[in-house]
Amino acid sequence: MTLASAQARPRRRIVASPGRWLIWALVAFFFVNLLGVIGTVVVNSLGRRWFSAWLPQGFTTHWYSDAWREFHLSDVLRVTLEVAVAVVVISVLIGVPAAYAMARRDFPLKRLVLLLFLLPVLLPPITYGIPMATVLYKFQLAGTLFGIIAANLVPTIPFVVLTMTPFIEQIDPRIEAAARMCGARTSSVMLRVLTPLLLPGVLAAGILVLVRTVGMFELTFLSSGDSTSTLVVALYYSVFSAGIRAQQSVDAMAVIYTGFMLVLLVVALRFINPTQLVTRVQDESART
Amino acid sequence: MAATIAARGAPKASLKHRLAERGVDRLLLLLVPGVLALVLLFVYPFLYGLRLSFQPQQGSGVWANYRTFFTDSYLRDTIWITFKLALPAALVNVLASVPIAYQMLRNFRGKRLLIALLVVPIALGTVLTAEGLLEYFGPTQWFNRTLHALHLTSGPLQLVHNYTGVFASLIITGFPFAFLLTMSYLSGIDPALGRAAATMGAGWWQRFRHVTLPLLSPGLAITFCLSFVLAFSVFPSAQLVGDPSGSTHVISIAAYHAALEQFDYSMGSAIAVIMAVLMLIVIGLVLAWRSRLYRGATGGKG
Repeated sequence: MTLASAQARPRRRIVASPGRWLIWALVAFFFVNLLGVIGTVVVNSLGRRWFSAWLPQGFTTHWYSDAWREFHLSDVLRVTLEVAVAVVVISVLIGVPAAYAMARRDFPLKRLVLLLFLLPVLLPPITYGIPMATVLYKFQLAGTLFGIIAANLVPTIPFVVLTMTPFIEQIDPRIEAAARMCGARTSSVMLRVLTPLLLPGVLAAGILVLVRTVGMFELTFLSSGDSTSTLVVALYYSVFSAGIRAQQSVDAMAVIYTGFMLVLLVVALRFINPTQLVTRVQDESART
Repeated sequence: MAATIAARGAPKASLKHRLAERGVDRLLLLLVPGVLALVLLFVYPFLYGLRLSFQPQQGSGVWANYRTFFTDSYLRDTIWITFKLALPAALVNVLASVPIAYQMLRNFRGKRLLIALLVVPIALGTVLTAEGLLEYFGPTQWFNRTLHALHLTSGPLQLVHNYTGVFASLIITGFPFAFLLTMSYLSGIDPALGRAAATMGAGWWQRFRHVTLPLLSPGLAITFCLSFVLAFSVFPSAQLVGDPSGSTHVISIAAYHAALEQFDYSMGSAIAVIMAVLMLIVIGLVLAWRSRLYRGATGGKG
């Protein structure tokens, strides 16, 4: 079939749409520049000295050990992981039950509750991050691990609710009814019927929250102090105060961050559809 | 005895029953932690900030912060600067993603890989993009070298620490986001509709203009809103690749500067409130336009 269509097509492909070539050229241009943006950082982090040439004069890995020491990366990585894991666990524990209620019941004021869950996702983090930082400073929570986790929960709980609600809606409520008919108590309906059905969705939502939390700059930046900061905030500070450290060791940190994110992404893309990284739109809802 | 219990129990049971009929029962308790967390972490700080913004640290009267913002041209211009960055960036991202997503609808080898690659800039985020752009666009770096080698420019272009750098970073992080959204809306449209139009002799432009576009528009409106929000709150890239005290002094920088550098939380909150209001106005306008569009069951998920 592919052979036949390949034979039938070529003339149409080249002649009929110069527009298509233009589009592919645009995509290629985008990727070349993206590669350049990431590539310069990687090459520079491995280079000895790099002035007016296509490539550095020699290659070395000592910037990595420098960056690791200078930026206290072991502490930073520990904080990043602690924050990310705590945010994932808490937002799943709070978000999934809420999503279940949202999916299964129509109640008065449901639209208001939905608005409450939608607003933090719609508003940019800076707008509510600044008042929140003010409150955190007032209660002297700014800069603590607790403050950073609390700040990051604001967009992630609604995110879990909004991704899980359509997922739960597609689970047939008659399955639960049947389990109850067979004499299952609420706890066993939860554990033996709902949990296995929900697990793929929870896993996807959890991974998405993980990626977003590790990459979340604004809220962590506004709520963190000097002592505790996550990888992306540490990276921001080192880029912002350029000139204090060698550019290459800043780049080494950037590469460590990139590697960290890419590992997360590869794991994430095994479980989820790329479009889910940007929204809650699910292919399932389109098919039904 | 039994009668009194029944009499006492009856109204209670019926109230419970009536509530259950309207969907209120114990199941709703599951919502409590979520709602409580958001009220504590989101609504309360926001209202606190709103109240604080009417208690100025400098000047007198409840509106002093807002008056300062709109009379001080350095602060007032941030609105214009932000719009000048965010509107074109969001428009370019959305408009570019439509034809590209349209092309990507067909199956071809490497499609999954291409889409997976597009996720990379979203995941890397603005800070890393800014750091990469600073170097990649540097005067002796690859981009300027290539232009020079191709004899397109005589000297190095100044691409960072100005508007161009921030704009480029908004495209790099924003385009994949808009593309993936558009793609998901577009793949929700039933391809049979296009084929039906083709049997009636519609060319590709007519099919796109009269079948796909009307079904896609509600989704595009949402895509534009989200892209705009993303671009409007530009902060790290405006600080790092931009000119944060001049041509890219965007409103989020002004808010941050007031709240966490001058410790004028009141002014910072006022700017955050202005920012939220401006954004809600734009989103409201787009959604009002969207509500006039056709939103049928034929696929567009908007």
